[in-house]
Amino acid sequence: MDPQIIIARRVAKELRSGNLVNLGIGIPTLVANYVPSDLKVFFQSENGLIGTGPIPEQGMAHPTLTDAGGRPISALPGASTFDSAMSFGLIRGGHVDVTVLGGLQVDAHGHLANWMIPGKMVPGMGGAMDLVSGAKRVIVAMQHAAKGKSKIVAKCSLPLTSARPVDLVVTDMAVIGFPGGKAALLETAPGISVGEVVALTEAELAIPDNVPEMRL
Amino acid sequence: MKAVSVEEAVAMIPAGASIMVGGFMGVGTPERLLDEVARQHKAGLTLISNDAATPGKGVGKLFDQALVSKLIATHIGLNPKAQQQMLANQIAVDLVPQGTFVERIRAGGCGLGGVLTPTGVGTLVAEGKRQIEVDGRAYLLETALRAQFALVHAFLADYLGNLAYALTSRNFNPIMAMAADTVIVTAEHIVPVGVIAPDHVVTPAPLVDYLITNG
Repeated sequence: MDPQIIIARRVAKELRSGNLVNLGIGIPTLVANYVPSDLKVFFQSENGLIGTGPIPEQGMAHPTLTDAGGRPISALPGASTFDSAMSFGLIRGGHVDVTVLGGLQVDAHGHLANWMIPGKMVPGMGGAMDLVSGAKRVIVAMQHAAKGKSKIVAKCSLPLTSARPVDLVVTDMAVIGFPGGKAALLETAPGISVGEVVALTEAELAIPDNVPEMRL
Repeated sequence: MKAVSVEEAVAMIPAGASIMVGGFMGVGTPERLLDEVARQHKAGLTLISNDAATPGKGVGKLFDQALVSKLIATHIGLNPKAQQQMLANQIAVDLVPQGTFVERIRAGGCGLGGVLTPTGVGTLVAEGKRQIEVDGRAYLLETALRAQFALVHAFLADYLGNLAYALTSRNFNPIMAMAADTVIVTAEHIVPVGVIAPDHVVTPAPLVDYLITNG
């Protein structure tokens, strides 16, 4: 299975009926494709919409109905729109149940860096800092390693997105949580051994006696 | 409210002015006003806008002609021209978390000195800012933001200047319409008074100084 699809399918299992969910760009966006149809999840787009629907059919797009990247989307029955102060009031005010964000690095204590690489990539943080500071639950969806280098590091070398640690990291190799503020291996991806995860994880990982395989 | 042509409205904006422009990635942006700002070549602008849009679209048009000398925004990653001008030090760029950005403008429009937000505590964003504890939680003091001009785009404007917005093109527009000395508005449709029901007016008419005539 494509590594990104493993991640998206596993993250989708974390969503519950009634949740207000904000998905970041990249792998997180794919999560919406794997939410079972009987689950009533509200997806927020931070440019001012709850109830985002799929990309509209050819010729059905409207220039005033867009996602946070400015691309056309649709709205589901029951959708609502609002201004940016309300949108970030929802985010910072703890009304968003789950946010799923991409990551550049997550460290042994769950700190996330995902918004800049000094000297190389300075696009701006957009809504990422507010999402990590304010959402009830923060899930990072990212590849375990980039160019053979672990993205789960002992300490982030890149600027942090928030002082608040994330709750869960889902990669193409593992699910990692932070009970007691320290990284622990909770699950492995299908066909991946605990040893392989540990070998490609720079941060020290607590390994429970029983590490189940991800259910997708 | 006074109805004016787009040429007259933009002529009021001096070079070097501070302008807030509504829109999110060019959606809900007063394109006709930006076309005219570019045509009249108003340079040295301080631009307060969520993003830099993309070249040729929305506020991206201002970067196409290098009219911006200072930018306060949340994300400019999708406009390579704005990035180049920033990296070449042609533009001073202040990047602000999006929730903080909108609250600073809201504060500026509502007579507040600023807001306390937990966003950015313990990050680069906190540098040089006052940190204040309230009931044991740390917050940054983020000061209010205002501009000389707000350029706003609405879906409906009535003859008095009451405004309503459409879907995701609302975004920062009604917040910015509160936070500038002079508010200039374009609207998709200009309609008789009463078409926008009182409950559906988002920006009340007294906030609007100039409405650009259509046609």
